[in-house]
Amino acid sequence: MTAHEPSLPEEWELVVGLEVHVELATKTKLFCGCENKFSHIPNTLTCPTCVGLPGSLPVMNEKAVEFAMRLGRALGCEIHPSVMARKNYFYPDMAKDFQTTQYDQPTNADGQLALADGTIVGIERAHIEEDAGKTTHVGGGGRINDATYSLVDYNRAGVPLVEIVSQPDIRTVGHAKAYVSELRDILLAIQVSDAKMEEGSMRVDANVSVRPTGSDELRTRCELKNINSVRSLGRAIEYEARRHVDLYTNGEAPRQETRHWDEEGGRSTAGRSKEDADDYRYFQEPDLVPLSPTAAQIAEIDASMPVLPAARRARLGELSSVADEVIVTVVERGQDGLALGAIEAGADADKVLTRIQNDLAVDDWSAVTSESLAMLIQMETGGELTATQVKQVLGEMAAGEHGGDPKVIAAAHGFEAMESNELETLVDQLIVDHPDEWSRFVDGDDGDRKKMQGFFTGQIMKATKGQADGRAVAQLLGQKSAG
Amino acid sequence: MEWSGAVSLGAMTQRITRDEVVHVARLARLSLSDAEIDEFTSQLGDILEHAADIEALDVGDVEPTLHPLPMVNVLRPDELCPALDRDLLLSQAPAAEDGQFRVPPILGEEP
Amino acid sequence: MSALDLASAVRSGERSAVDVIDEHLARIDARDGEINAFNQVTAVAAREAAAAVDAAVAAGKDPGPLAGVPIAIKDNMCTTGVATTCSSKILEGWEPPYDATVVQRVAAAGAVMVGKTNLDEFAMGSSTENSAFGPTKNPLDTSRVPGGSSGGSAAAVAADFASLSLGSDTGGSIRQPAAFCGLVGMKPTYGAVSRYGLIAFGSSLDQIGPFSKTVVESAALLEVIGGHDPLDSTSIDQSAFDLTSVLDRGVEGMRIGILRELSGGEGGVEGLSADVIARTNEAAAALEKAGATVVEVSVPSATLGLSAYYLVAPAEASSNLSRFDGVRYGLRVDAPTTGEMMTATRTAGFGPEVKRRIMLGTYALSAGYYDAFYGRALKVRTMMLQEFALVYAEVDLLLTPTAPTTAFRLGDRTADPMTMYVNDVCTIPSNLTGHPAISVPFGVGDDGLPVGVQLLGPALSEPTIYQAAAALEAAAPGEGSLS
Ligand SMILES: [Mg+2]
Ligand SMILES: [Zn+2]
Repeated sequence: MTAHEPSLPEEWELVVGLEVHVELATKTKLFCGCENKFSHIPNTLTCPTCVGLPGSLPVMNEKAVEFAMRLGRALGCEIHPSVMARKNYFYPDMAKDFQTTQYDQPTNADGQLALADGTIVGIERAHIEEDAGKTTHVGGGGRINDATYSLVDYNRAGVPLVEIVSQPDIRTVGHAKAYVSELRDILLAIQVSDAKMEEGSMRVDANVSVRPTGSDELRTRCELKNINSVRSLGRAIEYEARRHVDLYTNGEAPRQETRHWDEEGGRSTAGRSKEDADDYRYFQEPDLVPLSPTAAQIAEIDASMPVLPAARRARLGELSSVADEVIVTVVERGQDGLALGAIEAGADADKVLTRIQNDLAVDDWSAVTSESLAMLIQMETGGELTATQVKQVLGEMAAGEHGGDPKVIAAAHGFEAMESNELETLVDQLIVDHPDEWSRFVDGDDGDRKKMQGFFTGQIMKATKGQADGRAVAQLLGQKSAG
Repeated sequence: MEWSGAVSLGAMTQRITRDEVVHVARLARLSLSDAEIDEFTSQLGDILEHAADIEALDVGDVEPTLHPLPMVNVLRPDELCPALDRDLLLSQAPAAEDGQFRVPPILGEEP
Repeated sequence: MSALDLASAVRSGERSAVDVIDEHLARIDARDGEINAFNQVTAVAAREAAAAVDAAVAAGKDPGPLAGVPIAIKDNMCTTGVATTCSSKILEGWEPPYDATVVQRVAAAGAVMVGKTNLDEFAMGSSTENSAFGPTKNPLDTSRVPGGSSGGSAAAVAADFASLSLGSDTGGSIRQPAAFCGLVGMKPTYGAVSRYGLIAFGSSLDQIGPFSKTVVESAALLEVIGGHDPLDSTSIDQSAFDLTSVLDRGVEGMRIGILRELSGGEGGVEGLSADVIARTNEAAAALEKAGATVVEVSVPSATLGLSAYYLVAPAEASSNLSRFDGVRYGLRVDAPTTGEMMTATRTAGFGPEVKRRIMLGTYALSAGYYDAFYGRALKVRTMMLQEFALVYAEVDLLLTPTAPTTAFRLGDRTADPMTMYVNDVCTIPSNLTGHPAISVPFGVGDDGLPVGVQLLGPALSEPTIYQAAAALEAAAPGEGSLS
C-alpha cells in the first residue's frame, strides 16, 4: 500500500479514487423500449421518452435493475431500497436537461474489490443512472472550444449505466490499472456488460490528489475525464500527481476542478469552471417510484452468482505452475472451467493451460469439452502427436469437426504415431543410400552440416508424408553422427 | 451523502437577496432585466414570507412524502418498442443537419 | 342534450355524428372569437372522426360509449400532428408525434376532439389570463375570468362548444374553473388517470380529469379515461372505475365532515366570502336532509397546504420545464453559443408567471435551501396525509367550498401574485395528498354567479364521491339569475 510511483518524490503519496461508468448489456434502454446498441445512424434509436419530448414519462427496465444489483453483489455491496433522483443541469446532449440518477439513496453501497495482489479497494457506491446523448463538434478540427457548431445524436441517451465509485484507497498507478482490469473481469464474469473501454461501454474518471507520505489527510482533488484506455489511465494519474506535487513545491495549490486528459499531448487541461455546476438541485424523481428489492430477490441473485475471477484464478494457481499471465488470460476468456475439467480428467495442468492460452484464442470454442481436451493433451504427453499436430487438431476441435473428437481428427489426417524405432530404421537406410551427404554432415563445416541436416530431414518427411517429429529426427541425426 | 446542506432557521427568515435572484436566474437559464430582478426579489420574498408558517413547524422526525400513494418496484420487461421515425422527430427541430440536431458551438466541458 | 343522450342518439343512428359536430363547430365559429376558449379548433379532423363514427354505426360496429360526443382537450395534452402549445410561445407550433393516453382513450370511446383549449401558460395560474394567446373569458359573464388553469376547457363546455372536456389539476385547475363556470369538475386520485402525454407542471401533483355539466357525464368520462397505463410508473394498477352504476344510491347513512379549516371555521384559512360559506352550509344541510350525518371535523395542517404547494409545485416545475431549451423542438432564439441560445430562448419563450415559478422552484431546490423549503414542504405532505387519515376514520367524505369567491373580474388579481395564489387554498390539499375531489355547482353567489362546493374523499373513494355528488346535484337550488 505504501509503494510509490517511481516518478513521484518519496515524500509525496498518491491518493486516487476511481469513478467507473459501465454500460449495462440490456436489450433496451433504462426508461424506454428503444434498443440499447451502438448505431452509426444518428437518432434512429429514439422515442418520446429518451428524447425528452414534452409529456413523455420514464418506466424502469427490470433487467437493468437486476444487472445493477448483480454487479453490486459481485462487489460485496449491500443492496438498499433506493430512489431515483434528478440531477439538474443544462447541456444539449441531456434530453430533459436533467439526468435521472441516484443520489442519497443508491441501490448498492459499501462494497469492496480485491486486487490480484490482495490489496482491498473500498467501493463507496454503485448506482443506477442514464447515459446522455452524443455531441459531435464540427469545424475547428472537431475540438469543442473552436467548433463552428455541434450536432447532437440521442441514440445513446437513456442507455442504462452503473456508476461505481471507489473510496480514495488507491495509492499506486499499478493498483489503479489493476482495479480497472479486475472490475472488467468481474463484469464479464457476471455478464452484465461487455466492458469494452475502447468502445466506451466502460468509462473511467480518476479523482487524483497527493499528500505528504505518512499523513492521512485528503487534499484538493482533481477529476480527470476522457481517459480511454488502461494505459492512458496510468499516464493521466502520473501526470496529474506530478502537477500537484509541483504546485505544492512552488508554494501553490491545485484548485478543485474537472480536468480533461489530452492523450496526444500527454497532459491534463482545465475544464469548465465549477461555478454553477456544483448546484445540481438534486431531488427525488417524481415520475418514478422507489425500488425496494425483497430479501428473496437478493438471495436469488446471490444464489445465481458465478465464482468470481479472483477465486477462479486462485484455484488455477493452486493446480499449476504456469506464469500468472497465462491464468489471467484463461480466466478472462472464461476458459478456466474447461481447463479445470481437463485437469480433473487427468491431463497435465501446465500443458492444459498453456495449450488453451496459445491455441484456443478463438471466439467460439464451445465444441471443445474438458474430456476431449484432456484426451488431446494426453496424446501430446504420450508422444502420439507433435506440437504442430496438436495445434491443428485443437483448431479443428474448436471448429466442431468430426464431433470434436481428437482421435478421429488425428486419424483423418493420418497423424498416426510414428514409433521411434521405425524412424531410426528409416534414418539408417538414408545414411546407407546417401554416403556423400552423410560424410558432409558428419565432417563438414557448420554451413555444410546445416545444409545436410535440411537434406536428411526433408527426405524423411517425404518418406513419412510429414508425420515424423522434426525434433526427433534432429536428435537421431545428432546421435548417429556422434556415435 | 446527504441532500444539500441544512440551513439554519436564521437564514430562512432572511429575505431572498437581489444577488440570490441573479444567481438563481443563471441556474435557470433566464436573463432578467434590472427591473425584473427588482420585481422578482420583492415578489419571491413575499411568497417565501408566506411560507413562514412551514418554517414555524416542528417537522423533526416526520418522513418526507413525495408520492401520495406508496408504490414501489414499478418495472417494465426488457422488451423492444418501435423507434420514432427520425424524419418526424427532426421535422420539429429548430435546426437539423445529417440526421442530427444542430446547435451553436458549445463552450466549456460537460459538467 | 347531455353527452350521454347524444351518444345514445348517435349509437342508435337517430342522429349523425357529423351533424352533431357541425352544430358545435358552428357555435364555436359564432362565439369563440369573444370567449377564446380554443387555441386551435380541429374542424377538419373532427368531421373526419365523426364520419368514421357514423360509418361504424352504419356497419353495425360498436362506436364506443361516447360515440360522436364532441370533446375539448386542454392544450397541455399531446395530440399526434396537432399543435400542442401549453399556451406558451416556447412551444408554439410544436406537433407531437404521439397521443397522450387519455386522448387515445377518449377517441377509442368514440368521442370526437373539436379542439385544443386555452390555459394559463404551462397550467400555472388560476384565471387563464397567463396565456400567450390571450385570456379566456367566462361564458356566463364575459367580464369575468373562467378560472384556471383549465379555463379554456371549462369555458368550452359552459359555452356549449363541446359536451365534455378534459382539464388537468395540479392545485385546483379543474375544480376552481368548474366552480366559476357552473360545471362539475373532478380531480381523480393521483395515479387513477394516466399522465402519459400530459405536459408536466408538478409531476407529483398533476392529474387529468373531466369537465361536464352533470355528475353522470363526469362519471362516464372518468370511466373512459381511468384505469392502469403501463406507460406511467405512477399509474395505479387497477382497472377502470365503475361509477355510473352507483350514482342513484344516495347518501343515506353516509358520514360527511365539514372541514372547518377550509370552510370559514375558526383558525381556518381567511378570505372566504360569506356567500360561498353560506352555500357550503346549505349544501351540508341538503346532504343531511338526504340522509347523511354531517359533523364538523378538523385537519389543522390543511392551512399549511398553500405554502407547501407553492414550494413543491414550482420546484418540480423548474426541473420539468428545463427541457424547453431550443435544442430539440419549439422556439429557438439564435445566439453565438448553445448556452446563450438556451438563455435567450427561455427568456423570450416563457411568460412572467412561468419565469416567477421557475425562479421560485430553482431557489427552493438550490444548495443550502433544500431542507428549509422543498424538504420541509414534503414533510408537511406527510403531516397532512396522517391528519386526513385520522379524519377519514371518522367520516366518509369531507365538504368545503371549492374556491373562496365566485368568478372574479379579468385583470383584478394580476398585479400581485399572492392574491391569485390564495384562490387555490381549498383545492390544494387534495393535490398534496393525492386524494380525489370534485366540485359540484350549488347555487349562486350574491353576484348571481355560480358557486361550487367541493367533496373530498380518501384515495380511490371515487364511487363514494360520485354518489354524494349526485345527491348534491339533485338537491342544488335552481339556476337562479343565470339563464
Ligand atoms: Mg454520475
Ligand atoms: Zn427511447
